[in-house]
Amino acid sequence: MMTDSTMPAQAPAAAPSETQAQLFPFVLQLADTSLILAHRLSEWCGHGPILEQDLAMANIALDFLGEARSYYQYAAELEGKGRTEDDLAYLRSAVEYRNPLLVEQPNGDFAVTIVRQFIYDCFHYHLLLQLKSGPDAQLAAIAEKSVKEAAYHIKWSSEWVIRLGDGTEESRRRVEKAIGNLWRYSGELTTPSATEQALQAAGLVPDYAAIQQQMAAHIARVFEEATLAVPEGVFMQKGGKDGRHTEHLGYLLAELQYMQRTYPGLEW
Amino acid sequence: METLELTQEEQFQARIDADVRIEPKDWMPDAYRKTLIRQISQHAHSELVGMLPEGNWITRAPSLKRKSILLAKVQDEAGHGLYLYSAAETLGASRDQMLADLHSGKAKYSSIFNYPTLSWADMGCVGWLVDGAAILNQVPLCRTSYGPYARAMVRVCKEESFHQRQGFEIMQTLCEGSPEQKAMAQEGLNRWWWPTLMMFGPKDSESPNTAQSMNWRIKRFTNDELRQKFVDMMVPQAEFLGLTVPDPNLKWNEAKQGYDFGDVDWEEFWNVVKGNGMCNKERLQARVQAHEEGAWVREAALAHAEKRKQREAVAA
Repeated sequence: MMTDSTMPAQAPAAAPSETQAQLFPFVLQLADTSLILAHRLSEWCGHGPILEQDLAMANIALDFLGEARSYYQYAAELEGKGRTEDDLAYLRSAVEYRNPLLVEQPNGDFAVTIVRQFIYDCFHYHLLLQLKSGPDAQLAAIAEKSVKEAAYHIKWSSEWVIRLGDGTEESRRRVEKAIGNLWRYSGELTTPSATEQALQAAGLVPDYAAIQQQMAAHIARVFEEATLAVPEGVFMQKGGKDGRHTEHLGYLLAELQYMQRTYPGLEW
Repeated sequence: METLELTQEEQFQARIDADVRIEPKDWMPDAYRKTLIRQISQHAHSELVGMLPEGNWITRAPSLKRKSILLAKVQDEAGHGLYLYSAAETLGASRDQMLADLHSGKAKYSSIFNYPTLSWADMGCVGWLVDGAAILNQVPLCRTSYGPYARAMVRVCKEESFHQRQGFEIMQTLCEGSPEQKAMAQEGLNRWWWPTLMMFGPKDSESPNTAQSMNWRIKRFTNDELRQKFVDMMVPQAEFLGLTVPDPNLKWNEAKQGYDFGDVDWEEFWNVVKGNGMCNKERLQARVQAHEEGAWVREAALAHAEKRKQREAVAA
């Protein structure tokens, strides 16, 4: 049997190696996360507070949707059971979804959407920086493309946190409330699940301690400019990455999967 | 004074007749300016309100690819709204005022968006029929006499033809699919056919603004001419798809080399214009709500920009 290093690096038709195949649940988790966040952002389409921001949110939703599709397609390949991107997105139940809890939280007002986006962008951007120089070529290629988009996302959401924090009394009150409600979901992002721990031990997934530090530093900088306080001593919720979700995900999936569930097995 | 005014007006008409574009700083008759502001802002409002019926299916699109295409399409509509508001601003209209007119019901938008989108086939019908009709209305506007409007329309039309193709492709996929999907496509066509014919506006004999707009070359074809063109274009496409156009009076007329077709239900047309369509209230409420709920965001952005300016002034 050939060892991995003797295999052609990027033969598209070649079956994934055993090492690569282990990545399946992680790639699926990234796919679910990007899809759920894209879905939430797309709910704003046509209802944004300013036409320009309606456009921006649709744009960011499209980036996440594109990223989700790349991950799903790769996940389908890694799994090797003939499932497609749509099978993975539309025919799995809430308990099979692996996104962290943060991204499934409802849009709320614009402040909630911004804070949710900001927290995730801080993680996402720094994660992609690591993945793009990681050991898996396909994941690195997706990250390379997505990190350019993520750099714009983190700029956009950081600027809005600053505007809302250092804007009017009302915007400050709203953004503080959003932080108060969402902060408990921020810890899960950098708390590795059992699956992630195993992959980290194998060197396939980056260490989250460094990412957590980079996130914290960015958040501290932005909050300072926004004249907002970083919450302390908050009890952190988790479970999404193991399929234990908040009640919101079921409704989201009912809508997302409606057509595929109502008319099984058809082409659209 | 009188003679000077007349001369200006005559010069203006001479430029129009010579197909010279009118630009923002050129002299123009008040009525020309008003007509354009009305038309361009209505067009911008239609893009904005037009995001809603399709936005209604973004979260339920049946595949990731369709979801992505639909979201991109609705986003394009927001972009068209932006170009058009900017074009209207060159005539001295402010976006705030235009939006206030939309929200108060004073300004109109295309009535087609007051029809509900009830099935996935409606995403096909909106792209194929509604955008198809919009293209026929809009392509001549790329040559309209007012420069900024014409240039905005060149960009809009490029994207619209992509929208129409994706709509047709949705219909084609449905028509080549299961009997259930084909029935969905036919049911969609049944609901959208007549409202789409209404998009060209009232009959020429009842369209008071047409003559003046044609004379100013804001408009280049009459409502009835465009409606005929649309029917002639769409009937073969429906036949290709294997769908039946819901008009018992539809018949090829060899002599005129076009189709004869039944009369639009003008009572329904005027009803929807007057606000009695299925979704008039919902569409307007959705826009008003987005605007009102966004007020604090716009205020915060302004307040922050102001603080920043002051700090920079102090630092300088």
